[in-house]
Amino acid sequence: MATAATIRIQEADFDVAQEIAALSKGRTDIGAVVSFGGICRGSEQGEPIAALTLEHYPGMAEAEIGRHADEALARWPLQGLTIIHRFGRIAPGENIVLVVTASAHRQAAFEAAEFLMDYLKTNAPFWKREESARGTSWIEAQGHDDAAAARWTKS
Amino acid sequence: MKLKYFAWVRERIGKAEETVEPPAEVRTVGELIGWLAARDDGYAHAFEKPTVIRAAIDHAHVKPDAAISGAREIAFFPPMTGG
Repeated sequence: MATAATIRIQEADFDVAQEIAALSKGRTDIGAVVSFGGICRGSEQGEPIAALTLEHYPGMAEAEIGRHADEALARWPLQGLTIIHRFGRIAPGENIVLVVTASAHRQAAFEAAEFLMDYLKTNAPFWKREESARGTSWIEAQGHDDAAAARWTKS
Repeated sequence: MKLKYFAWVRERIGKAEETVEPPAEVRTVGELIGWLAARDDGYAHAFEKPTVIRAAIDHAHVKPDAAISGAREIAFFPPMTGG
């Protein structure tokens, strides 16, 4: 049976432990679960921030993440895949993003999770704006994120 | 066709979306950016560095040389910073 990815774009918070349990519950074919959680830091470039606000492109966010989920499922033998990305105002310490991959063995789970995060950073249509004592400003894209995504391109 | 703008592109233009009918000689995403940039100061500011601007046609990323013919929705936005 082909593995289907669970993809959610939501304003509400999520429970990491519950998402991991939902993926592996009742399964005996899964030997490895890898989860990556992205959390809002309390500072940007050394300056304290009050919160991040994430803007997204509804429709395209689901489509773009879905395309990368399909590619991950085609490239690695995954038994389960969950991707959750929040939008709206997120305070320091709160969850932003979650990728959970499940496979028979750890290598596929690790690699697929890393591949998905690298592409979420550079290709998923989300934009972070930070709030600090100096006002609000859009966070600039990082060149090293492009380099991280580029290393997965098949030559 | 419907245009959508996000993040600082949206703020500089002053609207999130609009419907436009560019002239027939505007054939690509890059030419559409040039046509929009000439509309007023807000658009000019949003598109002052065209190489920074990312675009999507019907929810898929495209390059500046992509043809706009047949597009239902074209979006313009800065490099993405999610994750």
